[in-house]
Amino acid sequence: MIASLAARHSWFEATARARVAGLLDPGSFSEILPPAESSPSPHLALLDLPGAFDDGVVVCYGQLEKKPIFAIAQEGQFMGGSVGEIHGAKIVGMLRRAVKEKPAAVLFLIDSGGVRLHEANAGLIAISEIMRAVLDVRAAGVPVIALVGGSCGAFGGMGIVAKLCSAILISEEGRLALSGPEVIETVAGVEEFDSKDRALVWRVTGGKHRYLMGDCAMLVDDDIAAFRSGAAEFLAGWSEPAPSVAHLRAGQQALENRLAAYASYRDGLQVWAALGIAEPESVPLLDRDALVALKEGLPT
Amino acid sequence: MSLNDILDSLFPAGHAVAVNNKVISGEATTAQGTVAVLGTTDAAAIDHAMALALSAYILDTIEQHPGRPLVYLVDTSGQALSRSQELLCLNGSLAHLAQCVDLARRQGHASLSLVTANAVSGGFLSFGLMADRAYALADAQVRVMDLRAMARVTKIAHERLIELAADSPIFAPGAESYVRMGAIEAIWPAPSASLLEAALAAGGLAAPASDQRQYSGLLRGGRQLAAGIAKTVQNAARGA
Repeated sequence: MIASLAARHSWFEATARARVAGLLDPGSFSEILPPAESSPSPHLALLDLPGAFDDGVVVCYGQLEKKPIFAIAQEGQFMGGSVGEIHGAKIVGMLRRAVKEKPAAVLFLIDSGGVRLHEANAGLIAISEIMRAVLDVRAAGVPVIALVGGSCGAFGGMGIVAKLCSAILISEEGRLALSGPEVIETVAGVEEFDSKDRALVWRVTGGKHRYLMGDCAMLVDDDIAAFRSGAAEFLAGWSEPAPSVAHLRAGQQALENRLAAYASYRDGLQVWAALGIAEPESVPLLDRDALVALKEGLPT
Repeated sequence: MSLNDILDSLFPAGHAVAVNNKVISGEATTAQGTVAVLGTTDAAAIDHAMALALSAYILDTIEQHPGRPLVYLVDTSGQALSRSQELLCLNGSLAHLAQCVDLARRQGHASLSLVTANAVSGGFLSFGLMADRAYALADAQVRVMDLRAMARVTKIAHERLIELAADSPIFAPGAESYVRMGAIEAIWPAPSASLLEAALAAGGLAAPASDQRQYSGLLRGGRQLAAGIAKTVQNAARGA
């Protein structure tokens, strides 16, 4: 146990490049448009802000258990992983390449607050292009798997993108939502959402909640190796369905049922109790394996 | 301008459109035949119920009226801002709506959106920007955030942002910026049946499912980098 903890390499703490390098087969990672071949955002320079040569995203190809894989990894430590013109165009280019080359999967390592406000229109439009491109990749039969466990989570337009992927793998530390708690608090008041109450923020947007609710397919430990084995396991059991009315009808029904059942709730504790969890207050204390066992034991 | 005035101007040959909880749905007659009309009004802050009402109507249209064009009217102040909405994964319902718009395109339904008043961030992403083509009325407000709020978040002086916005479509709010960036096709001086029919006719001829917005943004001088970078990434030789 102690040995395995010592060997753990935190996904949350790692850079985008370290995540990709650890996720793919050793030595198979090869970056497209690496920093040496690209330039920082001129829009940030105009505002006298420091840029990054990769504009905060790594796009690359490699292998996962010897299968060809494309990976897109946002760097949360640069401008909150936000999507600007160059950042967005690299992602769109990689997704379009996946439509043509059909790798076994695209792994999308999301770590982003959404649109980069300094390039607001470029960012919003790029996210719209990413949304359509993700669906084009899936329609070509290639699964797109979102991996969420970085410090910026998946928020704003990138929260929407995450939910357009074939599935989401999330860690307990991962967060997934649309508006950030700070934004809701600023607009609607601290009584609506106290963004400084970290436990509450996690009960509303955190990985365990999203997994219990079925918004994320897998909960994994905050460990690069756990994301790697989770992604491999998920892909081994997954075949990408063709887009269809039947598929979206089923999704529609599930979302309508859920809204009818839980619309008045404001805290994860209430929803977990309604899901049939006997001691909802124990959920934040459970480790990953215990939580997965708890979910698997729930009535469906 | 009231929704009814807009509908009368767009569809003088007749429309039967209901408004429920700020969600528009119905149908209208055009020279190209019957079209489905749907969207939001009164600066709707899109929540789960609105997103699911729109997506249900799209799925009904696909099932009951194969090929019928979809006209989306966009008036949204963004997404609903509340804890209970986020608790149930609002981004998931918005993604579901976007997927329904996308499925309609794949099944051969031409689509266009018209921003009638406001188009802001998440609300705009979930359907208006998913249509084949987007248009806007002349006085429409299209933006991610107004400059005052942007100044607060980015900690850049409001005056500096106003100064830069004068010649930067990259972040200046307004429909005109979105035209130059390639995301809005054209600005209409007023809601007009002839402009709508021309747009529907143009949409019917275009190849479906190909997103041309980067290229349009390049041609119009608003987005100079995106098209080239996407192309470079797509075509880069596999290196050593």
